[in-house]
Amino acid sequence: MQWEPVIGLEIHVQLATVSKIFSGASTKYGTAPNTQACAIDLGLPGVLPVVNARAIEMAILFGLAINARIASSSVFARKNYFYPDLPKGYQISQYEHPIVADGYLDLPRADGSLKRISIRRAHLEEDAGKSVHDLFPGATGVDLNRAGTPLLEVVSEPDLATALEAVQYMRAIHTLVRFIGICDGNMQEGSFRCDANVSVRPVGSEALGTRAEIKNLNSFRFIERAINYEIERQTELLENGRNVVQETRLYDPDRDETRSMRNKEDAHDYRYFPDPDLLPIRINTDEINAARARLPELPASRRIRYVSEFGLSEEDADSLSGERTVCEYFEALAQACGDPTQAANWVVGELFAAVRREGIDFSAVRVGPAALAQLLLRIRGRTISNTTAKLLFKVMWNGWDGTVDELIAGSDLQQVSDTDEISKLIAAVIADSPQQVAQYRAGKEKIFGYFVGQVMRRSGGKADPQQLNVLLKSALSVRDN
Amino acid sequence: MRSVFPATLKGLAAGLARGDFTSVDLTQHYLARIAALDPRLNSFISVYPERALAAAAGADAARARGANGPLLGIPYANKDIFCAAGTRTSCASRMLDSFIAPYDATVVERLTAAGMVMSGKTNMDEFAMGSSNETSYYGPTRNPWNLDCVPGGSSGGSAAAVAARLAPAATGTDTGGSIRLPAAFCGISGIKPTYGRVSRYGMIAFASSLDQGGPMALSAEDLALMLNAMCGFDGRDSTSAPRADEDFTRELDAPLRGLRIGLPREFFDAALDPAVGSCLEQALAVLRRLGAECREISLASTAYAIPAYYILSSAECSSNLSRYDGVRFGHRCADPANLEDLYTRSRAEGFGAEVKRRILVGTYALSAGYYAAYYAKAQRLRRLIKEDFQAAFADVDLIAGPTAPSVAFRLGQKAADPVQMYLSDIYTTAVNLAGLPAASIPAGFVNELPVGLQLIGNYFSEAKVLNVAHRFQGETDWHQHTPSWIGST
Repeated sequence: MQWEPVIGLEIHVQLATVSKIFSGASTKYGTAPNTQACAIDLGLPGVLPVVNARAIEMAILFGLAINARIASSSVFARKNYFYPDLPKGYQISQYEHPIVADGYLDLPRADGSLKRISIRRAHLEEDAGKSVHDLFPGATGVDLNRAGTPLLEVVSEPDLATALEAVQYMRAIHTLVRFIGICDGNMQEGSFRCDANVSVRPVGSEALGTRAEIKNLNSFRFIERAINYEIERQTELLENGRNVVQETRLYDPDRDETRSMRNKEDAHDYRYFPDPDLLPIRINTDEINAARARLPELPASRRIRYVSEFGLSEEDADSLSGERTVCEYFEALAQACGDPTQAANWVVGELFAAVRREGIDFSAVRVGPAALAQLLLRIRGRTISNTTAKLLFKVMWNGWDGTVDELIAGSDLQQVSDTDEISKLIAAVIADSPQQVAQYRAGKEKIFGYFVGQVMRRSGGKADPQQLNVLLKSALSVRDN
Repeated sequence: MRSVFPATLKGLAAGLARGDFTSVDLTQHYLARIAALDPRLNSFISVYPERALAAAAGADAARARGANGPLLGIPYANKDIFCAAGTRTSCASRMLDSFIAPYDATVVERLTAAGMVMSGKTNMDEFAMGSSNETSYYGPTRNPWNLDCVPGGSSGGSAAAVAARLAPAATGTDTGGSIRLPAAFCGISGIKPTYGRVSRYGMIAFASSLDQGGPMALSAEDLALMLNAMCGFDGRDSTSAPRADEDFTRELDAPLRGLRIGLPREFFDAALDPAVGSCLEQALAVLRRLGAECREISLASTAYAIPAYYILSSAECSSNLSRYDGVRFGHRCADPANLEDLYTRSRAEGFGAEVKRRILVGTYALSAGYYAAYYAKAQRLRRLIKEDFQAAFADVDLIAGPTAPSVAFRLGQKAADPVQMYLSDIYTTAVNLAGLPAASIPAGFVNELPVGLQLIGNYFSEAKVLNVAHRFQGETDWHQHTPSWIGST
């Protein structure tokens, strides 16, 4: 029998608010244990939650970005269970009435068509603290710094058909939440993580198979491997005439396998009910419109536009549209220099290389789009060669504070396009390289590059490459009888 | 004992302002009364003489610098459900016997800002769950009118302390009648404000959608003075009503001519002790003489108030009390073998029987498969009860009736029968479900035990409720009676 997997993801997006969702304590990562847990985070007797308005704004922004419905009234509910790192004995979440419902995201397929992934809901909730099991022999430590950190849980429909598609969807959400500035996307620190619901069914069947939930996947690689492992495991069970058990499983990256955590029998009854300490969140049309006005053009739309409007390759469009600072830089540069292709080449080439080399964020690039545009205009005006421009770019990157023209003038790097001067250099190179000339004339045309390099070196890199090409070809083809 | 001090906040403020005595004198006086009389009443869980005297000296110094105010330098007793920084805040539970609050409740902050001096923390039913003060880990409080009787609950310690003149006023909280019932049983005045009037921040939660703090004192006028200080919007409580501050004394003397008072048929039913009923008849006659007209109304849905109340309050408490798990604060069992054992024994040892009963009922009501039958249905009843009151207030300005079906009962009389105990709140819980303001004021005696008259107002009409109560107290002296054994103040 042929089997097909059915996959849905629950992605936990940690919202990039300064303070927690129900208290004024800081959300900063990596501080000493329990230094960022105030009376409210500790669940002391008598304390009350007050919702952080920024978290609500961010949820609205996300809802608009996935074309979802923003609930005019949504309700916080208590999810009751006991755990040492859950201070109140309940987590404040949303249950029956989430703030965001019925959205979608379109993923491009290899053939250029789009696959629509429906997003059932996105709801606000608070994170729990952390249990530390390896610090105190025979005891567990509890660190409540993370308790109360705002999360947006994004729940997809089971629309994903392969592990790769799940990864592609998760990457798209990752790109989106960073793009609209609601999450730093840091997966090592747990700012972006997901649970995967996986089941398999016979191809052509409408009914869903029994699913397993794989918890707490915090890297794209693990998600892919965990889902593939799970598909294989379930398929094998079914092919051997056995059943899949509904359960929660944990992925172990060291062994590359999933293991049972708890099954349906000992699943919690969370006894959800509306939190009486919090009023329903009311959102009116004005607030939604205001958020819509703040919503930037999104990566998917920019990618399409870069291809259709600017004529970029799919690949370049893809790498330029994912990050807000990159696409804003690129668009400013394209406009200022007047040549989107040239702008794209420079951003994808020189700028990305520099950023990678220095290990910095793109927002910290040291040459602004206006200055870089000046440089690109001088290439197009043939004042300097592309090679020279790359040298000058390095000077600018390292802290040139004058204009591009001053830099060119001061560096004596103006392109040599004087035919006579170039011809003299060519003649000298030909005279010094009788062996290579003979090889070239014998048909070994690949050696042409050698002559270009020699002439360019003798010109100090200033020879106009186009002229050099033409003159060199003609000089080499003339046999000196 | 010396008898130089007036009884009421109003009188004490005048004496302090004139310099008849200082706040330190006054505080010493009440501390001495507590030391002398409270061993028989058990109305305080903790007393803070040094802290109180320091605060009193501070108030005297402030007065010397020109400060004044209707509550400046006056002692009060604080129900042990309000956190006060540096003091044990136990909720009368073994679970919190060791809990020292690290912060002030908003109510405490506000009373301190008004210059009031906290003398101690009063006894109550454990986590405010009870109608008799018998569920306290620290033993029951006794009724000053008859030491074999209960003071009512859950704010029974506050009521007994005020009735015995161990404090001129006290804080209370009312989830299903916990201010009004003990006020009635102890012959004092108490008001539960509109839900959202008094901040719940720092007031340990029993049932969040019903809990409301309020003052307990010897007169309606004193209630107004103290309510002025306790009320106000608080950004730390999301359910706090965003309203401008008001002066609840402003309408105290307004005439009652033309006031329409509704008497719910359902409140004068077979459950009401006929002797209490005839006290109320006389009280209503006083109000009629003052110009009010009484008419019968119906609040049919209030018949379901008790079951709806016990489902909803228990559901909320089952969740609110989950934080007492022995992990971060409060009682922890000795030598837990593992996590399960830590939870189970800490909670089994830390909570009393009534609290456990309510947690179990609430957990059951919220469980998968039962939610619709219990919690959701109780919420619908709650809406119906609210609508009944709203319909009634279309035709009347105020609703009057008994606070409780009987006068104070004997210690132990109902302790073994929770349902009988719950029925003590038969006339009070509907008000909490609707979120309305209501006061209980003294209206006579049956068998030498006080009878309470309940006055229920529409939302945010505390000033009207207190106006009627004040005018009534202008015509009667029930609120001035004192139990003979306590001596004069």
